[in-house]
Amino acid sequence: MAYSDKVLDHYENPRNVGTLDKNDPHVGTGMVGAPACGDVMKLQIKVNDDGIIEDAKFKTYGCGSAIASSSLVTEWLKGKSLDQAAQIKNSAIVEELALPPVKIHCSVLAEDAIKAALADLKAKQTPAVAAA
Amino acid sequence: MNSAVYLDHNGTTLLDPRVLQAMMPYLSEQHGNATSRHVFGRGARQAIDHARGQVADAVGAHPSQVIFTAGGTEADNLAICGIPATRPNGQIAMSAIEHPAVTRPAFAMRSRGHRVAVIAVDHVGRVEKNHLDAILEKPTALVSVMLANNETGVIQDIAGIAETTRRHGAFMHTDAVQGLGKIKLDFTALNVHAMSLSAHKINGPQGAGALVLDKRVDIQPLLHGGGQEKGLRSGTENVAAIVGFGAACELIRHELVQRTGAVRQLRDQLELGLKALGAHIFGAASSNERLPNTSFFAFPEIEGETLVMALDRKGFAVASGSACSSDSTEPSHVLLAMGVEPELARGAVRVSFGAGNSRQQLVAFLQVLENELQRLKRLTAVAV
Amino acid sequence: MSVHTPIYLDYSATTPTDPRVAEAMIPYLTQHYGNPASRSHPFGWTAEKAVENAREEVAKLVNADPREIVWTSGATESNNLAIKGAANFYSGKGKHIVTIQTEHKAVIDTVRELERVGFEATYLAPESNGLVDLEKFRAALRPDTVLASVMLVNNEIGVIQDIEAIGNICREQGVIFHVDAAQATGKVAIDLEKLPVDLMSFSAHKTYGPKGIGALYVRRKPRIRLEAQMHGGGHERGLRSGTLATHQIVGMGEAFRIAREEMELENARIRRLRDRLLAGLQDIEEVYVNGDIKQRVPHNLNISFNYVEGESLIMAVKDIAVSSGSACTSASLEPSYVLRALGRSDELAHSSIRFTIGRFTTEEEIDYTIDLMRKKIGKLRELSPLWEMYQDGIDLNSVQWAAH
Repeated sequence: MAYSDKVLDHYENPRNVGTLDKNDPHVGTGMVGAPACGDVMKLQIKVNDDGIIEDAKFKTYGCGSAIASSSLVTEWLKGKSLDQAAQIKNSAIVEELALPPVKIHCSVLAEDAIKAALADLKAKQTPAVAAA
Repeated sequence: MNSAVYLDHNGTTLLDPRVLQAMMPYLSEQHGNATSRHVFGRGARQAIDHARGQVADAVGAHPSQVIFTAGGTEADNLAICGIPATRPNGQIAMSAIEHPAVTRPAFAMRSRGHRVAVIAVDHVGRVEKNHLDAILEKPTALVSVMLANNETGVIQDIAGIAETTRRHGAFMHTDAVQGLGKIKLDFTALNVHAMSLSAHKINGPQGAGALVLDKRVDIQPLLHGGGQEKGLRSGTENVAAIVGFGAACELIRHELVQRTGAVRQLRDQLELGLKALGAHIFGAASSNERLPNTSFFAFPEIEGETLVMALDRKGFAVASGSACSSDSTEPSHVLLAMGVEPELARGAVRVSFGAGNSRQQLVAFLQVLENELQRLKRLTAVAV
Repeated sequence: MSVHTPIYLDYSATTPTDPRVAEAMIPYLTQHYGNPASRSHPFGWTAEKAVENAREEVAKLVNADPREIVWTSGATESNNLAIKGAANFYSGKGKHIVTIQTEHKAVIDTVRELERVGFEATYLAPESNGLVDLEKFRAALRPDTVLASVMLVNNEIGVIQDIEAIGNICREQGVIFHVDAAQATGKVAIDLEKLPVDLMSFSAHKTYGPKGIGALYVRRKPRIRLEAQMHGGGHERGLRSGTLATHQIVGMGEAFRIAREEMELENARIRRLRDRLLAGLQDIEEVYVNGDIKQRVPHNLNISFNYVEGESLIMAVKDIAVSSGSACTSASLEPSYVLRALGRSDELAHSSIRFTIGRFTTEEEIDYTIDLMRKKIGKLRELSPLWEMYQDGIDLNSVQWAAH
């Protein structure tokens, strides 16, 4: 198993590990994957009133590439608008971390986690729609 | 320590000290199982891959074509049992002078419904191509003809036989155990589908061999289990022996010309002496059509086994037949196939030169041989 | 005393060659001892003598007659020869084979191969502690059962099967009994004079001998016959052809001699180390020992760390050389079939580590390992959303996971 230096760096020193209050209306939570598949990612983002992501946290049960992919996207998400965040593609993660083909699913999972967190946030911030 | 002169290099060879040096780490601190994923295992895996490249380079093959086995016998068995297994209706054709490692598995395959056809050889030990053509009229799964005979050293036209075989849609295997290290081998040029090799015939260790295999050939493994060697040969790899095999191949790649030159000189000198003593030398008359290190000969009315024992007592180790069949006192099946009279065949003695043999040894050998012949002839005369 | 990393705790994968074994082998590599099948000159004779001495040593360790020992290239070949050789030879009696789901691949895949050519097989599930239930075993035998194969010591979880009882059931039913003892030599006492076993496979490199050599015990009284699987020069009384590697045979003999003489002391020492390791790990929350802890060789500790993913666990413990509960195939991680046969979930199978302790393991290495494991498990759980949910009291089985 040859991991790139960047994967190893994120694995050894993961950035932004932790948990935000999932009941906070400014926090969006995305949980994707399944234990049986060997990967579960929980990604949380916190937006300020200008719609800018000011904090991001993650926890990941998964291989080194999954941990690195989620750690990397928390770094990328901070300071981005929600629209910019939605533009993050798994291919960028693959490229940044030099993931081998068998690990591309880790980057897909990270992209899915962002989308899930954004959807959760959107649902929270439009309570009328959510109630209906 | 034995001080005798060793003249049985077709039987087995002494391990080259440089090969031993390459192996030593894998007999001590580098002890990983190549299947393990940790650093010990990865070290073993890299060593095996390196050796695979060395073996491939020595025979003009691609590393991915090299399947390591426990030796030449296993490589032969893998080809002879494994290739026809996927072609249930085809016969197995082999020459009349094959090693038991080919003939025995071939005959064992009869119980699985395969016919066995034996290709005749001519009086100098070469495959009769007309007979091969006739045999190939029947649906054939595999043709196996050894590259060079272990007893006579006679070299076959493998590329030609392979071409005929392919034309009939059959697969071609060659047992090249005796060829490796003695003549230049090129898997691609030989145009065969499978080729057996052994380490201990080339100053490598016992316990390692390989089947070089065209990957397009469907083959059934002999050993089932952990799936090593891409599933074709299960079992924990014998890392030290494989490393030694690789190192020995690397050495022949660099030293083949020099080594064969040296043994050819000794052998040609020997044969001059043998002829002067009245020996009959078996196999192709031109020494170029035989392995450069091998002489297979007989003196009329002198029994081979007796001569071998007599020479042995004087400190010269030679063979009376192939080492693997030394238990039996039957005359060599190779010579009988060549049409040699059983009486003469019983006299057969093989000298095979290799690393470490010198001109002085040869001179001493010829002197002792002459004395022993005289002594034995006197004994025979008395007995009669 | 400082420890040298990586620490080798994978003695069931392979053992280092004992320096005494290597020393015994070297003369047969460096001097000309020739081909043991060459009877006609003394080089061959010396080799033959060494081979027969080694055969005696192997026989002594398991209290067998040297004439019952056949050399092979290793336990995989021994298993193949025993199973295919006996099944084919005695196929007139029937074509059904019984084995256990937790056997080594060399047994399972060989039986599969026989299924492919017309045999039937029952792969009996062990109990959740890894041991075979004798009544279930008895029930699995049929009138047409020709052969049963049960390993003495499991390679992954180290449990010891009750071979004597299983063998007696086989005897009652007239079933040939093969035992894979590759993991057992030097760890448990084996007395083939008493054990109702017909065929037994051995490996040198699991007992501090060299790789590439093994043996098969073939009972003489009552005589068990086999169809040869490797054909050629007729070595080993026709059962196994091919030039024997004298140095490797000598190495196996020496390794088995050392095992016989030192087994008792060594096992006591190893048991202390294993118990120390177990004590150091078992108070971590949510850990599970795999396989029966009592009926088990002292060398093995197989333990699952819940809520930690297998591959990240392997990355985390790279300072110790161990095996994990997942076999790495090219694209995915397959959970250990042995642990699955015990009823472990995929997640627990993935998060398992097999520690195997041996002759050269030190107390310092065990302490270092305990310390490392505690730190790394803590760190990975800190990262794990599943651990967080578990601590929040969420039942993970109630969660609807979006499978991907």
